[in-house]
Amino acid sequence: MADITELIHDYLRHNKKFPHVFCAGCGHGIVLGALIRSIHALGLSKDEVCIVAGIGCSGRIAAYVDFNTVHTTHGRALTFATGIKMANPKLKVITIMGDGDAMSIGGNHLIHAARRNIGVTALVLNNNIYGMTGGQCSATTPQGATTQTTPFGQMEKAFDIVTLAAAAGANGVYRGSTFHVNMLDRLVATAIERPGFNLVEIITPCHTQYGRKNKYKSAVDMFKWIKKNCVPKEKFDALPEADRGEKMPIGTFVEKDHKGLEQLYGELQARLNRPGRPVAEPEQPSAQHAEESRNIMNKEPK
Amino acid sequence: MTKKAKGQTEITIYPDWCKGCGICVEFCPAKVLALGRDGKARVARLDECINCGFCERHCPDFAIVVRGKGRKRRAPACAENGETPVDKE
Amino acid sequence: MAQKKSKQRKAVFALGNEAVVEGALLAGCSFYAGYPITPSSEIMEVMAARLPRSEDGVFIQMEDEIASMGAIIGASLAGRKAMTATSGPGFSLMQENLGFACMTEVPLVVVNVMRGGPSTGLPTSPAQGDVQQARWGTHGDHPVIVLSASDVRECLEMTITAFNFAEKYRTPVILLLDEITAHTREKIELPEPGELEIVGRSYPTVPPEWYKPYEDTMRGVSPMPPIGSGYRHHVTGLTHDVLGFPTQRPDEVKAIMERLFRKIDQFYPDIMLVEEYMTEDADIGVVAYGSVARSAELAIDMAREQGYKAGLIKLKTLFPFPKPFVNRLAARCSRIVVPEMNMGQMSREVKRVAARTTSIRTVNRIDGQIITPTQICKAITQG
Ligand code: SF4
Ligand code: SF4
Repeated sequence: MADITELIHDYLRHNKKFPHVFCAGCGHGIVLGALIRSIHALGLSKDEVCIVAGIGCSGRIAAYVDFNTVHTTHGRALTFATGIKMANPKLKVITIMGDGDAMSIGGNHLIHAARRNIGVTALVLNNNIYGMTGGQCSATTPQGATTQTTPFGQMEKAFDIVTLAAAAGANGVYRGSTFHVNMLDRLVATAIERPGFNLVEIITPCHTQYGRKNKYKSAVDMFKWIKKNCVPKEKFDALPEADRGEKMPIGTFVEKDHKGLEQLYGELQARLNRPGRPVAEPEQPSAQHAEESRNIMNKEPK
Repeated sequence: MTKKAKGQTEITIYPDWCKGCGICVEFCPAKVLALGRDGKARVARLDECINCGFCERHCPDFAIVVRGKGRKRRAPACAENGETPVDKE
Repeated sequence: MAQKKSKQRKAVFALGNEAVVEGALLAGCSFYAGYPITPSSEIMEVMAARLPRSEDGVFIQMEDEIASMGAIIGASLAGRKAMTATSGPGFSLMQENLGFACMTEVPLVVVNVMRGGPSTGLPTSPAQGDVQQARWGTHGDHPVIVLSASDVRECLEMTITAFNFAEKYRTPVILLLDEITAHTREKIELPEPGELEIVGRSYPTVPPEWYKPYEDTMRGVSPMPPIGSGYRHHVTGLTHDVLGFPTQRPDEVKAIMERLFRKIDQFYPDIMLVEEYMTEDADIGVVAYGSVARSAELAIDMAREQGYKAGLIKLKTLFPFPKPFVNRLAARCSRIVVPEMNMGQMSREVKRVAARTTSIRTVNRIDGQIITPTQICKAITQG
């Protein structure tokens, strides 16, 4: 045991200012630690890992680690990651997104990344709030919660990230918490190692923007809440409906073995370019194509 | 995995990195740590530490280092430029 | 990019859109991400058939244009020459990530086949309404290179030029076509590989530990290693220092912003491309671009037949605006005619540089029809 922090220090950028920007007791630092430990456990070299982050508090994680890091635009991390993975399938591409990033502005990209099963690992840091912009409600803010933009309580329902990702066709879907860190390490490592699109929802506390307004006076209170309410899936399933209340299952939800898109594409390319295979003339769109599109004036093309 | 033997560790807390969130203090199973008057974590009862690693894993700021008694800082163990890590332990 | 006559050169009967693909492949493009939209879809369709057949070409259809831009930025960061193609509404969606590419200096090519707008507008009709959007579409002050093409041969050539500029200056380059150019089918000769100048990316020449991703250089362009090559660094859309980390220090912010502009500003003579037609003795000038330039060329001939000394500047680079050329024309001409398929977007630029020297007349059309040579000729001949 121990020697954990020193190991993490090896992976931090030494020319970057520490401590990092996150509030005292923010779970994002813990996720960063879990990510580093998972990558170390898998024996990946720093050069073959590419971290692609979105915008928001979680987006800032990328700057601190000594991997290839890209801090993209809000909600678009998965699109950049898709480009990077397709361009160089040898890279381990890991996206870090917040709940606003992944579920609101980037919701479309998330379901399509899951559908096309691109070999990218998505970590969704769910703190139920827009932290960096000052505490507005997000797509995962629980009903009834108070935020800057729901001063009278949230009326809308929250997304269940795990169910959504599973329905969209992700190869692997997991949920972990920043309190149950041993499990988190394991889940993140599994998600990185497996083929196709793998998503880990990580329950992480935002005491500053969410907790204060919702009866959790300190970071410690939030961690106590997580400790109490995140229960392993097996235990959760055994609980009678009535006792579930606020509780959330954590663990493995989906694990399929479909090939990632980049793998399928590589196989297609190998097939098409097999030596000795007669190379067909590339097809050209028919001459009438342009003619047609000019004629069908009333067609709604988009 | 955990040796429950007490007092086998040295603990370093980097005050510049500690933000005083209190997570380590609250959840340390052996109540080794305390918040000092400067609001930063400090070691109060080193002899009680059971080397469980909870604080190291949960400190969001990587400010606590727990290492075996008398052990030196070890060489980096991460894989760089495609090389495999050399286990120095 | 003069093409030498050669017997072996393959001739094809191609659409403007198909010529774009030929040009891109010749330029070394190996990554295409896109979303279908009329009238640019043929570019995507031909790419879908060609790229998987090449050694390392990647084609992917994304969920929208925002995602297409994201994907090609990612691919370019990973070392590929990447492009996408779209039209008006899709181009609007691309603006955010286009700004990211400007800020992080990612080379890529965006082809926008202009159709009538605003909004869904006239999907199958030509227009030139996206000219200022191409220049100023993304938020914040930024430099960008915008090119245009007026016929099928130029579609091929300017696509290659677009890739060359993108790599040379580490910047996104926008190629504006209009529906007419994109859907015109003409016979063109394909250049032999090796016949044209193809610019590659510059890689760091120092060990990784010493590499500073956004360091100033003589050209103002820093070398760009692909992700995974050992040169680990941080790429962010936040204003960053030479190491790529976010900064708000005024001196560092000023330095990087000024370099972004300088890297393009100081190479104006290289970037500003025009073609002049009968301007040597002209006293009436025409400035045109895209398919309108073809009408304008005919109009010059017609006006000359009637005894008017007309001359044309065809803009191949729209931005940075080729000011010296227009200035020279303005100094000679009593009048400059600017025909375009919008209510006056490039004529603004012409007025900006030449309004004090000469009188400027615009010919505008926004009904989804082309501007005819007769229309332009009339503007030339009737004061
Ligand atoms: S968990 Fe870390 S930051 Fe928080 S009080 Fe303990 S040492 Fe300080
Ligand atoms: S390792 Fe940390 S958490 Fe565990 S007993 Fe020691 S001080 Fe407490």
